[in-house]
Amino acid sequence: MKYVDEYRDLELAKKISKEIEVACTQPWTIMEVCGGQTHTILRYGIPDLLPDAINLVHGPGCPVCVTPVQLIDRAISIANRPEVILCTFGDMFRVPGTSEDLLTTKAKGADVRIVYSPLDAVKLAKKHQDRKVVFFAVGFETTAPANAMAIKHAHNMGLENFFVLSAQVLVPPVCSMVLSEPECKVQGLIGPGHVCTVAGLEQYEKLSRDFSIPIVVAGFEPIDLLQALSTCVKLLESRSPGVVNEYSRAVENVGNHVAQDVVNEVFSPCDREWRALGVIPLSGLGLSEQFSSFDAERVFPDVSPHSKQQQPRQCISDQILLGNKKPTDCQEFGKSCTPETPIGATMVSVEGTCSNYFRFKNH
Amino acid sequence: MCLAIPGLVKELFESDGLKMARVDFCGITRSTCIEYTPQANIGDYVLVHVGFAINLINEEEAQKTYELLKQLGELKEVENSEEEEEEEEEEVN
Ligand code: SF4
Repeated sequence: MKYVDEYRDLELAKKISKEIEVACTQPWTIMEVCGGQTHTILRYGIPDLLPDAINLVHGPGCPVCVTPVQLIDRAISIANRPEVILCTFGDMFRVPGTSEDLLTTKAKGADVRIVYSPLDAVKLAKKHQDRKVVFFAVGFETTAPANAMAIKHAHNMGLENFFVLSAQVLVPPVCSMVLSEPECKVQGLIGPGHVCTVAGLEQYEKLSRDFSIPIVVAGFEPIDLLQALSTCVKLLESRSPGVVNEYSRAVENVGNHVAQDVVNEVFSPCDREWRALGVIPLSGLGLSEQFSSFDAERVFPDVSPHSKQQQPRQCISDQILLGNKKPTDCQEFGKSCTPETPIGATMVSVEGTCSNYFRFKNH
Repeated sequence: MCLAIPGLVKELFESDGLKMARVDFCGITRSTCIEYTPQANIGDYVLVHVGFAINLINEEEAQKTYELLKQLGELKEVENSEEEEEEEEEEVN
């Protein structure tokens, strides 16, 4: 219980931890999907508050980690065009492409900028009508509405110099892939709170039915996650699959309709390659036909070197994303592979499982 | 990446036809698009992700989240972008 003194409500944390211990009669493997939750779980040492029988594994829920190398290379090649201002979220700057990351590209003279919101990129396009502003859009369902509105807004303003390179991904298809793997050990899921704030619970109900597993939607505080784990263990013990919403203060069953409508108008589902996992059918969002003139992939010819998506041989990040292995099973972990010199998908972003293990478990 | 932070709606306005609000995050003000939470009013807490409100949240929950975020040092994402905001204010006003 090394971090337990940091809990805001220590007594409550101890109480829930005790509840889990009492409820748990056999080993269970539970996966949290969201990278933000992985961060909290490791930051607060939640695995230390659980009985040994509970195996917590950390899923593919960091959109930065899973953005494929080709797309990073593509962003770099677009950024290198003199007429282009490439904008993206700060998290994307250090993600390695085949030969460099965006930070290096910027240092070499390309106009690459960090934005807080995709609307900031639209603003830049309005201000610099002589340049082409490309927004490298990464994110899950939580971020899709913001990216969609930026495109719609640029459209409404008649901006012809704003483009989007979409790396948008969706949570349910990757969960479905993880759960379909023959070696999958995952028996229960902790669902991503803010993704569900936007997307609602319907698709998670389908996942729960298809794979006959409990899914507990949770927030991001340590107590939220402990409580969700407790609920999940109880559902597992009573053999009751189904979806339980433990984050009702932010998630309504139907999600945010207004946002879903705009996302469906601007984007349409497409097959997408995930770093370390390969192509997952209908797991991404590309520009819909109506908005295809904003699609940077169509507008800028592909001149990036055709990097074959290959996981460095020693790296096991695919097995980590699937919940089959832990970072500590990897020989490179903390040696040649660190957040400063990431080798694989799970080390590249602050929400990656290897990166969180490095920061919170290694020391 | 998917973290949304609660903020207090201080003022409503429009910018290039978009419904916007000035939202206060523990003393840092940012303009936030509220197209997705058209019901948001002054005095409401909204959950904000990359400059967009994605839902309303009650005050008590917002306060709890602030405590935690301060502890984690995760309000810095908003703080770091303060400079751009100043630049933007000139344009908006
Ligand atoms: S520590 Fe590095 S090399 Fe090992 S699995 Fe993680 S990302 Fe791959």
